[in-house]
Amino acid sequence: MTRRSLLAFFGLLLAKPLTVLAAWNEQAFGAKTAADALKNIGASAAAPSKDIVIEAPQIAENGAVVPIEISSNIPGTTSIAVVIEKNPFPLAGKFDFKENALPFVKLNVKMGETSDVRVVAVAGGRQFVATREIKVTIGGCGG
Amino acid sequence: MAGPMKMRASVAGGFTEVRVLMTHPMTTAQSGQALHFIQNITVKQNGKAVVEAEISQAVSRNPVFSFRLKGGAKGDKIEVSWLDNKGETNKIETAVA
Repeated sequence: MTRRSLLAFFGLLLAKPLTVLAAWNEQAFGAKTAADALKNIGASAAAPSKDIVIEAPQIAENGAVVPIEISSNIPGTTSIAVVIEKNPFPLAGKFDFKENALPFVKLNVKMGETSDVRVVAVAGGRQFVATREIKVTIGGCGG
Repeated sequence: MAGPMKMRASVAGGFTEVRVLMTHPMTTAQSGQALHFIQNITVKQNGKAVVEAEISQAVSRNPVFSFRLKGGAKGDKIEVSWLDNKGETNKIETAVA
């Protein structure tokens, strides 16, 4: 390795943002079916649970902004993932909660059409899932 | 080019509620524009990471998130940062009110 390439290499290291960990599950986010997305986050065998609370409109008039509020009442929840079954790329997000965070998140998502929304919670190494259908009047994936 | 962020953090009912807005186009592959979206979000409380999120282009334009942290007190420092698929990044810090 030449001195110049070594300098370039360290330059690249310095250019990386230091405040954000850049882990992004390309396989899971690139999955085109909900089953594949769930498999890639290790949640194929999630058990249905009533302790995952999903608050969302029954009918979303604007698919570009669908508010979803999620909280898990399962003790020891460390992670929540949102999978929108009929979106082109179903996995919308995965939230990891450290010990000082409550397993809660509110976010706005885009939905192309009426779809089941699956929320997967991980607690004590086990996967749980709750499903909620949201009807969409005007799809919002062109944004 | 990272647009401005806004954040509000308050303590009530035994937890800290953090509401954050990020200015970002969040463009999808379906829009005909270049794919440009936030991929990673980190929430820190007094310098310690408490929420790490990975998100997709399915999150709406100019994302707004709410998070909840156990306990907390007025004056706690909350920092939220994001990183997008083009390597752009931004962050905001505020004290809990």
